[in-house]
Amino acid sequence: MTEPDRAAGFEILKREDFSDVAYSLVVHHPRMAKAARPGQFVIVMLHETGERIPLTIADFDRQAGTITLVVQAVGKTTKEMQQSCKAGSVLHALVGPMGVPSSLTGRRKVICVGGGLGVAPIFPQARGFKENGAYVIGVVGFRTKQLIFWQEKFETCCDELILCTDDGSAGIKGFVSDGIKLAIARHRDIDEVIAIGPPVMMRACAETTRPHAIKTIVSLNPIMVDGTGMCGGCRVKVGDTVKFACVDGPDFDGHKVDFHDLIMRLGRYAAQEKTAAQRWSENCRMKDQIVPAVRASPSPIPTTSDLTRELLDHLDPFEQVLGG
Amino acid sequence: MAKKRTIRSIPQQRTPAREQEPAQRVQNFAEVNCGYTLEQALNEAERCLLCPEPACVAGCPVNIDIPGFIREISAKNFRGAYDIIAKSNLLAAVCGRVCPQESQCERLCVVAETLQPVAIGRLERWTGDRAITEHWTNVPYIERNGFSVGIVGSGPAGMACAADMAKAGCEVAVYEAFHQPGGVLRYGIPDFRLPNDVIDAEIGNLRKLGVRFECNTLVGRLFTIEQMIDELGHDAVFIGTGAGYPSMLGVPGESLNGVLSANELLTRCNLMRARDFPNYDTPIPLGRHVCVVGAGNTAMDAMRVCLRLGAQKVCCVYRRSEAECPARAEEVHHAKEEGIEFHWLTNPIEILGDENGKVRAMRCVRMELGEPDESGRRRPFPIAGSEVELQTEQVVFAIGTNANPIIGQTSKLRLDKRGYIEVDDNLATSMAGVFAGGDIVTGAATVIEAMGAGRRAARSIKRYLRIRDFDEPRTEAGSLFGIDLNEQNFARIRLA
Repeated sequence: MTEPDRAAGFEILKREDFSDVAYSLVVHHPRMAKAARPGQFVIVMLHETGERIPLTIADFDRQAGTITLVVQAVGKTTKEMQQSCKAGSVLHALVGPMGVPSSLTGRRKVICVGGGLGVAPIFPQARGFKENGAYVIGVVGFRTKQLIFWQEKFETCCDELILCTDDGSAGIKGFVSDGIKLAIARHRDIDEVIAIGPPVMMRACAETTRPHAIKTIVSLNPIMVDGTGMCGGCRVKVGDTVKFACVDGPDFDGHKVDFHDLIMRLGRYAAQEKTAAQRWSENCRMKDQIVPAVRASPSPIPTTSDLTRELLDHLDPFEQVLGG
Repeated sequence: MAKKRTIRSIPQQRTPAREQEPAQRVQNFAEVNCGYTLEQALNEAERCLLCPEPACVAGCPVNIDIPGFIREISAKNFRGAYDIIAKSNLLAAVCGRVCPQESQCERLCVVAETLQPVAIGRLERWTGDRAITEHWTNVPYIERNGFSVGIVGSGPAGMACAADMAKAGCEVAVYEAFHQPGGVLRYGIPDFRLPNDVIDAEIGNLRKLGVRFECNTLVGRLFTIEQMIDELGHDAVFIGTGAGYPSMLGVPGESLNGVLSANELLTRCNLMRARDFPNYDTPIPLGRHVCVVGAGNTAMDAMRVCLRLGAQKVCCVYRRSEAECPARAEEVHHAKEEGIEFHWLTNPIEILGDENGKVRAMRCVRMELGEPDESGRRRPFPIAGSEVELQTEQVVFAIGTNANPIIGQTSKLRLDKRGYIEVDDNLATSMAGVFAGGDIVTGAATVIEAMGAGRRAARSIKRYLRIRDFDEPRTEAGSLFGIDLNEQNFARIRLA
């Protein structure tokens, strides 16, 4: 197939590695940088045979004409992107900004919560609230100190920043839900909590705020194909209704979202996901060997650091799908 | 000219088209209907009575001069035949395949009063295919008029409108959200009915007319309809985004793993090539037993895709009887040949899952038909106590679609109660210079109806931009005190 007007792709200007698994890509797309609002996402295809994966817009720069995506290498596509996306390389497809932008006005005091992969996409929300004059409390959670990124970015737009680590190596020891509890204890007049991260984390956040009846918005990231409301793959139960996260969301009332349903539906391609990831990593090793005279028997990936392996072992099984 | 054809002198039997054998074709995604050979096309062309006042043309939403092109086939002037079709329809190879001719042109064919109708669709397809293999393109001399038209959606409505506007001399940009153009032709209709090369060839023709395709562009979100006029410099906009948003039935168990819309199944398989997983990264659910709910053309496509993906048993579950089935007769026939099991007068009431949240069965109730409803079809009623359980690992909903909300969310266009775009008789929306047509106006319909709407909108846009339309017969209403209102130099009035 020859398609001259889509051969060009979308150029990556910069890449930054936060850890062995997390990295950011700054992509040139002036029109999108102009249109993007906090809470929106894009769909990316790495190459012609790739899949379409949704990624939240972590930042946008209207002057520079760029958008920033923060990716965690957990599935086949995100690992492959980690290997092949460099400054100067291109993404085959990039469409967006998708979804209804977050509502950031009319709030006096808010908590912006980001956990794991959700730390990056909560940033534009925090900045947006700050620009609209709200008092912003940031709560960001990481597994351990080495994985922390963008702390200085958050400090510029948060009136308070509560850093949480699972092992206590930085900030408070505990999950983001503990951070929310701390913030609620300090402030009695919180208008809204907005939480982005793995489904289990968002559920924990919603449960933390439910007794206090604080409005809690969560940003859902279910499996999508087109991202334009056409396939219905991303349907989620919110209260009594079924919504499509791509066009009705991705923001929903966290107290109404059926997280059990969401988590179950996120696992529906787990087996194929695994096949694809395995096949890909095997192919990579094949390429690394100079003369593959005999097909090597499967062995652990030698380049993976202990830290990464530990991380992968502890990953929420559904994050696999989340990350693509 | 050859001697006059009469109903007695023409070949009495409709020429059958070559088809792949059912047992073989369910193993592959190659086209089922292999089309006519040259001899077959010539033979079938002989069956046309070449009526001086043809009835068939009125049945064609784009009014192709049907006897005209068939006459050229008989005269072995194949290029001439293509030129006649291309005047009305740039997508001959597509429409020859996917149009429901039996309820359009062929239904009105005079031959059908005595014999089987002339196989107009197959002849159109043959001509279109010949044009592709011979690389015929009709690029007329186009004088640029300086106008720019933006088209939202690259499906059949958008393509038809784009072709007409480009031929009229406008600069045309077509915006598509997916990474490949073609809309439903690409993501919806499977290869065994409409191969990708045919779509590529037809899109190539549009490009030769100067149409620019901008993929990866979600109008409404990347820029709004208002911005298309104010910032991107389009003088007029056509919206042909399709209906999109798939319906679910609302029965318990719909979020179980293994339940999906036909749109999702078809998009994964056709556009994303999930059938080649893991060579392509997009996975597709695979069930040994599949139930497809609905009996329209989309349902037939979904079922036949499942067979080709390796399902052992595929059932169609439809709440009315075969007589009310909205799919084309040919599609139902093909589905039956391939071994699809039809459960007429059956309606799902619950989808049952196993302990892992995967579909294991679907509980259905038997239905009976009562009085006709507003659609004219007899309304089905459940028969109490007639519940049955169908074992299945996958449930596909092909029960229609609702209006896609994106354009409504992001523009001030007036919508109707159901969320479709409101238009007047000229397909003009509530916003000056913005026109809409196809499924986003009418709700789900056919490819050719969408193309017809695209062409009608193109005529309205030409009038709006005061572009002289040579294709359109001049009517009395088009003239005022002897001044031709269709003249290009007539004062251009733009409504704010």
